[in-house]
Amino acid sequence: MSETKAGQTRKVTIKAFRFNAETDYLPSYRSYTMEVGKDELILDLLNRIKWEHDGSFSYRRSCRHGICGACAIKVNGKATLACKQNAMELLDLFNNELVFEPSSTKRAVKDMIIDKSDFWEKHAAVKPYVVADVDPHPEHETKQSIEEFNKFLDSDLCIQCGACHYSCPALEANPDYLGPAALNAAYRFTVDTRDEATKERLKITAQSGSGVWDCVKCYECAEACPKEINPIEKITKLHNLQFEHKVAPNNVATRHAEGFLRGMKRYGYLDEADIVTYSEGYLGMYKHLKTAMKMMKSGKIHWHSGIPFINSIPKIKNLDEVKKLIKISQTHKL
Amino acid sequence: MSKQLHYALFTGCTAKQSTPELLSSTLAVADKLGIKITILEEASCCGASHLQDFDEFLAHVLNARNICYAEKLGLTMITICNTCQLNSAMTKHALDTNPELKARVNEKLAEVGLEYKGTSQIKHFLYALIDDYGLENIREKVTTPLSAFNIAPFYGCHNIRPSELHSSSNGGENPYKPTSLDSLIDALEGKPVDYNHKNKCCGFHVELQANHTSEVLAGNAMVDAIDNNADLMVTPCPLCHLKMDTYQDSVGKVIGRDIELPVLHMPQMVALALGCSEKEIGLNFHVQKATHIFSEAKRA
Repeated sequence: MSETKAGQTRKVTIKAFRFNAETDYLPSYRSYTMEVGKDELILDLLNRIKWEHDGSFSYRRSCRHGICGACAIKVNGKATLACKQNAMELLDLFNNELVFEPSSTKRAVKDMIIDKSDFWEKHAAVKPYVVADVDPHPEHETKQSIEEFNKFLDSDLCIQCGACHYSCPALEANPDYLGPAALNAAYRFTVDTRDEATKERLKITAQSGSGVWDCVKCYECAEACPKEINPIEKITKLHNLQFEHKVAPNNVATRHAEGFLRGMKRYGYLDEADIVTYSEGYLGMYKHLKTAMKMMKSGKIHWHSGIPFINSIPKIKNLDEVKKLIKISQTHKL
Repeated sequence: MSKQLHYALFTGCTAKQSTPELLSSTLAVADKLGIKITILEEASCCGASHLQDFDEFLAHVLNARNICYAEKLGLTMITICNTCQLNSAMTKHALDTNPELKARVNEKLAEVGLEYKGTSQIKHFLYALIDDYGLENIREKVTTPLSAFNIAPFYGCHNIRPSELHSSSNGGENPYKPTSLDSLIDALEGKPVDYNHKNKCCGFHVELQANHTSEVLAGNAMVDAIDNNADLMVTPCPLCHLKMDTYQDSVGKVIGRDIELPVLHMPQMVALALGCSEKEIGLNFHVQKATHIFSEAKRA
């Protein structure tokens, strides 16, 4: 690495993931050395690998304006929309060592190009369109207030680049999970005043195993989105909408969310033992007995009164305030 | 240090229940460093990122109430749990940027004689130590260097993401390349372990409803740390600690590996290096055997 022209350019080596699903058994990483200018984008570096080093290097690109979502890759594990990301910024962040990889190495077809069929299947599963009986010969336009429009304005900016989808660890561990991009789309159409499929779509997002309750709350999606949509914020709104429209199923996940209030009303704190018993039900508790025994042995479950779980939780000061605030502020019920 | 640091401590629920060692080691570290702590005994649960799924407005009201008590004292509120930090900071951000929401929340708080003003900062104890107290000052106080240990820093999601929310309170930590915990380990003369999963999710929040996902995420992180020669893991988040310390047997079964890795709370590690007592550090409260770390540190 060297710096020339007063920091205007830097000589760096880029490692790029190379793989051809038709001919290669395993991927490899190849290095390309080049002078990088201060205004160059990651897309420029992808182009230069292809144009100056190896014409067989493959990646998707189209609009060059952050609109088509084709050029999303990962740079040192960071979801990156190549046409929006300045290269110097990442060189600074990663000490001048850049590693280009496809959004998902598991789904690589050729170099940076991945098979995005899972993304599109999930997207299609949430009915990502306005469901409405539309008059084929309307005599006036459908009006929405600015306030109504603003509800979905930012979620509508999604360019389907897959940056959040392929950064989501929940999806990695559970292929059934719809993922942040599809759930953002579900939110976008659910809150559209023209849409008539509110409950139907919310039910899709409420399924255990695939819906919002499988989100692990890591905020990777919020960090990954190049359009600053904050998908997990939309996931939270979908959770709330499920209760508002009374489509939230009564199950371990919803009881877990609502059950926090049980301890808070009694102690101000969460009741750690009660939340497990209440969420799982007494029959479901058996799964946790072994863990509970271990926690008891190490002192993680307390015995203040001589009997575990009884009088083991301290109370906050001014508990009455919490009780009253819950009473007057609670807007949803399970 | 010219002026004594003084913070309002939001303990969260875990430190008051299943991880008493987190509270005792935090107080011991503060005592050793001459940091004054006032515990917010009025503060309730933050909702742990679950209550907001049920009722986002109610979660804001309850978190705002907690912050009110730090404001009354005129102090910065410190947290010792990443999720407490996230939820408190999210409420602060929502109220400070949305006057209409702030007014609605204050209407409720007025019923119990409180008002949220937005005057207190909220930061995790990790960043209070690094940014306010200073790593060099901590380094000077080390009596038991941790040079015997390869320590894997596990950052926990809710201190580093979303970065935009946290940047004012976490020293602008980059979520793709966090360094604070590594530098702290280095200041205590331990050897920081570099591994890919240090900034990944532990799976705690779906422990009940998506158990397999939870176990896989915890397992991936612990196996990565072990494969990079970690003797122990350290985390600023008690929820990461609970997931990784308590479930090593079941996680090992899902991942197909034997996992034996002590997972320390960040303040326990600092307390160890500052020469706090065995009782204050509380390694006996761990499910995965960790008591040997105290004697090994002393021996080295």
